[in-house]
Amino acid sequence: MGATATAVGKSFQTEHLSIYYGTYEAVKGISLPFAENTVTALIGPSGCGKSTFLRSLNRMNDEISGSTTKGSIWIDGIDINAPGTDVIKLRQKIGMVWQKPNPFYKSIYDNIAFGPKYHGIKGKKALDEIVESSLRRAALWDEVKDRLKDSALALSGGQQQRLCIARALSVNPQILLLDEPASALDPVSTGKIEELIKELKEELRIVIVTHNMQQAARISDYTAYFYLGSLVEYDKTGKVFTNPENQMTQEYIMGRFG
Amino acid sequence: MRGKLKQSRFEKHHIEDFIGRSYMSLCVLLLVVIIISMVYFVASKGVSTFISGDVTVSDFLFGTKWSPEAEPASYGAFPFIAGSFLVTLLAALIASPLSICAALFMTEIVPGWGKKLLQPVIELLSGIPSVVYGFIGLSVIVPFLRNTFPGQGIGVAAGALVLSVMILPTITSVAADALSSLPQNLKESSFALGATRWQTISRVIIPTTLPAIMTGIVLGMARAFGEALAVQMVIGNAPFVPRSLFESASTLTSVITLGMGNTTMGSAHNNSLWSMALVLMLMTFVFIFLVRLLERRNKI
Amino acid sequence: MKPRTVDKIATGVIVFFALLIVGILLGLLGYILMRGLSHVSLDFLFSPPQKIRAGGGVGPQLFNSIYLLVLTLLITVPLGLGAGIYMAEYARPGRITGFIRLIVEVLSSFPSIVVGLFGLLLIVNYFNLGFSLVSGALALTVFNLPLMVRITEQAFRTVPKQQKEAGFALGLSKWKIVTSVLFPVALPTIITGTILSAGRVFGEAAALMFTAGMSSPRLNFNNWNPLSPTSPLNPFRPAETLAVHIWKINSEGLAPDAAQIAAGASAVLVITILIFNLAARFFGRYIYRKLTASKRMN
Repeated sequence: MGATATAVGKSFQTEHLSIYYGTYEAVKGISLPFAENTVTALIGPSGCGKSTFLRSLNRMNDEISGSTTKGSIWIDGIDINAPGTDVIKLRQKIGMVWQKPNPFYKSIYDNIAFGPKYHGIKGKKALDEIVESSLRRAALWDEVKDRLKDSALALSGGQQQRLCIARALSVNPQILLLDEPASALDPVSTGKIEELIKELKEELRIVIVTHNMQQAARISDYTAYFYLGSLVEYDKTGKVFTNPENQMTQEYIMGRFG
Repeated sequence: MRGKLKQSRFEKHHIEDFIGRSYMSLCVLLLVVIIISMVYFVASKGVSTFISGDVTVSDFLFGTKWSPEAEPASYGAFPFIAGSFLVTLLAALIASPLSICAALFMTEIVPGWGKKLLQPVIELLSGIPSVVYGFIGLSVIVPFLRNTFPGQGIGVAAGALVLSVMILPTITSVAADALSSLPQNLKESSFALGATRWQTISRVIIPTTLPAIMTGIVLGMARAFGEALAVQMVIGNAPFVPRSLFESASTLTSVITLGMGNTTMGSAHNNSLWSMALVLMLMTFVFIFLVRLLERRNKI
Repeated sequence: MKPRTVDKIATGVIVFFALLIVGILLGLLGYILMRGLSHVSLDFLFSPPQKIRAGGGVGPQLFNSIYLLVLTLLITVPLGLGAGIYMAEYARPGRITGFIRLIVEVLSSFPSIVVGLFGLLLIVNYFNLGFSLVSGALALTVFNLPLMVRITEQAFRTVPKQQKEAGFALGLSKWKIVTSVLFPVALPTIITGTILSAGRVFGEAAALMFTAGMSSPRLNFNNWNPLSPTSPLNPFRPAETLAVHIWKINSEGLAPDAAQIAAGASAVLVITILIFNLAARFFGRYIYRKLTASKRMN
């Protein structure tokens, strides 16, 4: 495992990352690399710390009082977990999408344009372009191009989720964090989201938490199995699913299949 | 890239965060300043009566003779303290059963349209200004009492009746909230045992929600105790401890209302009114303390 | 007695009392409107009161009430928003937050007469602002602020927390999230609450008797210079409001038609408050429909 970590380099990886809620250690010293143009799936039973781990990657845990983080998160050779990091700037580089779609209570257009506008993009033309390209990248443009001024809440659940992905893409992140992005959606929408993830990995790194084993097998390049806050197994997805090294991993995956 | 993620104090987002946070802290600070100055000013003015030696605390609290303009003057506020407590307790006695019934009606008897009907009624009742209650008390309740019972109509009974209507909304809405937050299975298990609705209400629902209902009653009493104009208009304003419900009396608030404009600041008479305001303030603390006590019991 | 019979009787009693309350409200409104509306006319609404003769109106009082309400809201809303947002979004659970919450509770439980006395002592006398609209507005601020803080805090708490997360993940500052993401969602609730609190302010009298005063100078409604002593807009003039006027004519009214004037003024007051209530209700429903007509999510 350690061999894999150094092989990929320090462009995006965690080192001995531990997360505490008060004195409870929710994530226990995890070192994980995330290679360029790959999808890494984090799997494991509920409460295994995978979501907490994911949230720490863009320091969203900062907003929970009483949580502390130890260890390093390297992005482009910088430890973003170190004190003095500008969390607000950091988060522009890392997009995030959650289980439940959470578009702003604004129009479709404003949902996308809001972030870039705040970060200093001026002029209607520039914003129009960002809105269009973000929506296209999220495979939503054709469905909404005639009603950009409509409320985002009028969209279906699947459309809302793609809108949220488009919103995350609008500030040009290098990394996309997905927290069970399809678990609240119907099979058709889920298929669309999975398709999208495969396309998006051409441009950025994706880390996805999922409870759906088939989904993890379908879309990810690497898989990490978490259990009780520890990393039990990490390898190429094909390897983890066909020939896992650890008995626990095998049982979890089989249990989910059968 | 390196160093770009380092924090700089003068970025736009840090400046706006700083300004926003400062403004909000200032608003909160203002609340603190208001409450401290309020307690300080009313208390210091309120105790000046006793410090100047015009009257002792026990003469003030328990003295039954109020004749501030007589020679020698006497400042016994007991009739008003008694009046305040009397109208408050009576109002709570009248309003509580009505309010609890209204809350049961909204949540247990006809949860659908019962709530739709009573919710706006309660909101409107609580929205009617106290001077309007006073006016109606004066032109409806007082003549009614005068024609039905001995006396002039004005008095403790009139005050208590007016107040009881005024505190109905408070008690009802707190009780209804408590009743509707009751877990459904509690009721279902009682019904499953073959209990009638009334048995369920009287043996399960009321006992479980009693602390919350009491909270509502205490809040209602706090409102009644502090209400000034509506009571002042119908109670008659005689400075005596009432011996009958249909006799003219006074409350702390009514004496303050009438006296404050007609006395000079700093006179012993005026200072004694401030002492009454201090009593009102202390009673507010007592009511809040009781509410907190009940809420704590409710949690367990 | 059989449990079934008891059950029937108890249900009957509950229904009776509940309907009695509805009856009380209808009776109150009916009485006020029946007795008062016959006296309400354009002339009554716009002409000044008469001391001894019949036929006086409530024009200046009505104007004072509205003007005072506007002044109060101008002060209370920004302050209430600030403190309310602090409580909902910035305060971390702990001793200090508990203390602030206690303060809000105490402040909102003080009898309004005590608030009025505090105003008399500090604003009227100590700050030497005299019996004036400003003094009244400041006293009403003390009276209304805790309510405004609660309304704001509750409104912000109903906003789904995923909205905040989305904002953070986009790299927005907290201030930007509060003002541009959360505030628009909380706004309908805040407006509804503010309208209802405005009704309370409009009908308040005890806090005003010793702050805004119980008299109104002769006003010249053609003079809109706020610094002129006869201008209705002058914030430093005494201003008897409609509610205070009702109290005053009931206790010391000398005009032969005092009772009718009180009834008419009460009707005006109650109708205004009914309008406030209906407006709040209508507005709340309108916004709710607007948000739910599209698919609601949380």
